Amino acid sequence: MKKFETLTSQVVPLPIENIDTDQIIPARFLKATTREGFGNNLFRDWRFDSDNQPKADFVLNSPIYSGKILVAGKNFGCGSSREHAAWAIQDYGFDVVISSFFADIFKGNALNNGVLPIQVPEEFLEKIFELVHQNPNTQIIVDLEKQTVMLTETGDQFEFEINPYKKSCLINGYDDIDFILNQKDLIESFETTKKW
Amino acid sequence: MSKTLVEKIWDAHVVKREEGFPDIIYIDTHLIHEVTSPQAFDGLRKRGIPVFRPKQTVATADHNVPTLNQHLPIKEELSRYQVDMLTKNCAEFGIELYGLGHPYQGIVHVIGPELGITLPGKTMVCGDSHTSTHGAFGAIAFGIGTSQVEQVFATQCLLQSKPKTMKIEVNGTLQKGVGAKDIILYIIAKISAAGGTGYFIEYAGSAIRSLSMEARMTICNMSIEMGARGGLIAPDQITFDYVEGREFAPKGEEWDQALAYWKTLYSDEDAIFDKVLTFDAADIAPMITYGTNPGMGMGITEHIPATNAQPESERPSYQKALDYMGFKDDSTVLGNRVDYVFIGSCTNSRIEDLREVASFVKGKQKAQDVEVWIVPGSKQVEKQAKEEGLDKIFEAAGFQLREPGCSACLGMNEDKIPAGKYCVSTSNRNFEGRQGPNARTMLVSPLTAAAAAVTGKVTDVRELI
Repeated sequence: MKKFETLTSQVVPLPIENIDTDQIIPARFLKATTREGFGNNLFRDWRFDSDNQPKADFVLNSPIYSGKILVAGKNFGCGSSREHAAWAIQDYGFDVVISSFFADIFKGNALNNGVLPIQVPEEFLEKIFELVHQNPNTQIIVDLEKQTVMLTETGDQFEFEINPYKKSCLINGYDDIDFILNQKDLIESFETTKKW
Repeated sequence: MSKTLVEKIWDAHVVKREEGFPDIIYIDTHLIHEVTSPQAFDGLRKRGIPVFRPKQTVATADHNVPTLNQHLPIKEELSRYQVDMLTKNCAEFGIELYGLGHPYQGIVHVIGPELGITLPGKTMVCGDSHTSTHGAFGAIAFGIGTSQVEQVFATQCLLQSKPKTMKIEVNGTLQKGVGAKDIILYIIAKISAAGGTGYFIEYAGSAIRSLSMEARMTICNMSIEMGARGGLIAPDQITFDYVEGREFAPKGEEWDQALAYWKTLYSDEDAIFDKVLTFDAADIAPMITYGTNPGMGMGITEHIPATNAQPESERPSYQKALDYMGFKDDSTVLGNRVDYVFIGSCTNSRIEDLREVASFVKGKQKAQDVEVWIVPGSKQVEKQAKEEGLDKIFEAAGFQLREPGCSACLGMNEDKIPAGKYCVSTSNRNFEGRQGPNARTMLVSPLTAAAAAVTGKVTDVRELI
């Protein structure tokens, strides 16, 4: 996993609630057996019409918005556990997703792939949407070390929460498997004590 | 100290607890399928390590298998490749596979329980969010991503923070024509598609207690649809009777020991839940969804809630959902055209579901313009249905009984609902495009689905029974 570094970027706004992982990557694109290439089909059915032509009114097809930060409505990533959703977001080029609420499994999957999900209050999210609407070049600074997300234009800042262990994983670029593998002796001794 | 059931099982599986870190939790059983496992096997190869406990891992092919002509090679190239990959990976890493053609093949959450692999007190995971189904036995079961599949392959453990606990009690007696699917759709409609996020839910109360094991699985299955990590029900005599004698269930002395342990698996009387909700079973009508997330559900005779009754910030998403479905707010869906009826999925494809549908449609005919697919949850369910003559009833009614798989629940195989068509479905998700690009899904119980199949429109089944 690559290391997560402080990020300054424009944002891509997607003010829709309950975006489920079937929207992020529809099931018919889950047939690949590697982790690469899912970005091409990120938000496939919102992004392309049935003739595979880009839909002009979808934000990813807009020349106005770009950046490494996706900002979305609450309960982002609900539904299927498919990690392909996190892979698609990362493969497309997003390093951060900001929302007022994340579904559990998606949040875990994102963290396990070096994509940082940042939960902010409703009002802060609204402020981002409003600012970006007024000025699409609005920049956001994400500082994982300090756990802050800041709107450069207004100086508004929010201190977000993250599990300290996951934070160190992101900063150092290591994953859970490395962590657990080093404690295999504990697992083996646990197995001998289990009754059921 | 008093503990909830979740805490009892969780604590019994903690390998290591350390301040500032998630718990290292031991996983008793790992279920895998063709879609979310290949990248995890690849990860093992890259690290040069084996599956740590292959005997605690069971595989099946379900998500993208065809549901017709399963004896022939899979026609669709990518699906065939993915299923072949599973076969190859299982052989290489020493994992038991109930693949296509095997008498135990089926939807992963159907075969675990029917084979006696799913047991009370276990921790179980699968790279599939509906793993919560197994909670019906009093197990901690939840869906994981592929990185975590690799983690469990490598270590038989997961790093997990202990979840918060919620108790949902449903008391009283259900109305005629109302079943487990209606209970869970009702709860989700009440607390929303995000209302359970961060929690493990224990379902309790007299209405839950009176349900069969298969009905309990339907309830726990959809826990994820309110965002909950999992749902479970304390095991009781109904559970023990279901498990006893199944292929991989403990036998003889082992059974006695297991049973003694299982009988300790309940929430202590004074255990504290982080949240408690109570519902009255008598308030629940046959349910139907009208939108594009499972929280957008209502009693089948109700009117779709008005857009301007929604919180202002939610109105655009709400209206977008209604537009997608082709519905107007404040209108009824009763009598709405139905093009397809899908009876299947890990929510409702078990023998009791098929029996319920068969007993309703016996002697009736499907409406002319409706296509009806019944997709059994497993080869064993299919076999049982045929032994009981249900296939003849379905055939006479014009229903198509297909072969087991996830099928039109997620439209990964050929079983897709065409754009703009309405599908009344016993599955678990009504997301945009879930059953095929621009398909319109209405989630219902098997009985309500059967009624729609017969009338060709959304129907209150209470009027026909």
